[in-house]
Amino acid sequence: MNIQVNGEAKTFQDGITVTDLLQTLDIRTEQVAVELNLIILDRGDFPQSVLQNGDTVEILSFIGGGATIHLHDNKRHLINTQSARRE
Amino acid sequence: MTISGTSSTHNPRDGNNEHIMADDQLVIAGKTFKSRLWVGTGKYKDFAETKTAIDAAGADVVTVAVRRVNITNRDSENLLDYLNPKDYTILPNTAGCYTVEDALRYARLARAAGISDLVKLEVIGDERTLFPDTAGLIEAAKILVKEGFIVLPYTNDDPIVAQKLVDVGCPAVMPLAAPIGSGLGIRNPYNLKIILETINVPIIVDAGVGTASDAALAMEYGADAVLMNTAIAGAKDPIMMAEAMRYGIDAGRLAYRAGRIPRKLYATASSPIVGML
Repeated sequence: MNIQVNGEAKTFQDGITVTDLLQTLDIRTEQVAVELNLIILDRGDFPQSVLQNGDTVEILSFIGGGATIHLHDNKRHLINTQSARRE
Repeated sequence: MTISGTSSTHNPRDGNNEHIMADDQLVIAGKTFKSRLWVGTGKYKDFAETKTAIDAAGADVVTVAVRRVNITNRDSENLLDYLNPKDYTILPNTAGCYTVEDALRYARLARAAGISDLVKLEVIGDERTLFPDTAGLIEAAKILVKEGFIVLPYTNDDPIVAQKLVDVGCPAVMPLAAPIGSGLGIRNPYNLKIILETINVPIIVDAGVGTASDAALAMEYGADAVLMNTAIAGAKDPIMMAEAMRYGIDAGRLAYRAGRIPRKLYATASSPIVGML
C-alpha cells in the first residue's frame, strides 16, 4: 500500500501500524509526534493505529532552534497537508 | 553602630555564579529555573558545540523547534541525545508559524512529542522583520491556555499587548529587544521599562540581543530573564560568548537587586572634606 510519509510517497506492507512504520524507518518512538491524516496521535495509540492505503503521516521531532529560522522551508513543508484539510 | 541595618543577606562571593544566584530563583507557573539566561539551540555547527555553549552559558532552559524527522537519512543524531530533558527544561517553540492555525498545530505536536506542556508561542507577522502578529498571538495564546498549555508568548515591546497576554492566562511574557537575529540590543528601553513596571508576571526579554552589555542592561532594567540564540551561536567564538553572556546576565541581575544610584548632573565628592589641611 502507498503512504505519504513526511511528504514522500512510500510503499509499505498492508496492515502495518504506526509502531511498525517507526520501526521500519528506524525512528525511536520517544520524543516524536505522529500526525495521521491531520490528527495527532497519542503515543499510547501507536501500536493500535493501523495504516491504510492513501494515508498521510507526519513524523516530527525536536531540532535545534531559537526563534524563526529557515522560514521558507518551514512554511513549505506543511502547505500540502493544510490544503488537504480544507477539502 | 549597627552593621546589620538594611544590608543584604547576600554573602561575599567566591566567583561561583550558581552560588551567587542560588537565593534568587526564577519561578514561572510553579516551575523553578536556576538560570536567568535562556538559550536557543539553532545555528550551531553541531550538537556537541550546542551542548558546550549551553553549559558555558549555564542555561537550564533551552528552546527547540519542532520539525519533520528526516526519514531518508536516519544516521543523523538527535538533539535530545545531547540535551537530556532531565537536566534541561526543553522549551519547544512554534518558530516559523505565520498563522494561528499553524502555531496551534505545532504547539500540539510539541506536546504530543512528549516533553511537557510548555510552549514558546510565536505567531510571526512578517518575513522581513519577523515581528510578531500580536493579534494572532493573543488569539492562539487564549486557545492554548484553555488546552492546558503553559504559554510563554514571544511578543512585541508593547505594554498593552503584554497585558492582554497576561489576561488570557500567560504566566510570563517575552517581549523582544529588537528583531530576531538583528543584534541591535534594546531598541525601545522606555517601552520595556513600562512593561516591567506594569506587568505582574515574569518578563523574559527575547530576541535582538547582540552582546553581553545588552543582556546586562535588560537585567538592570529588571527583566527576569533573557532568551537569546544568534548572539551566542553567531559569535566568532560561541563558547566564549556564552560565558560572557552568563556574566552579563548575572552582573545585570545583581546590579538590579543592589539598586543603582540615581543619575545626577553634578559631582558629589566621595572623599570627606573634614580633616583636610
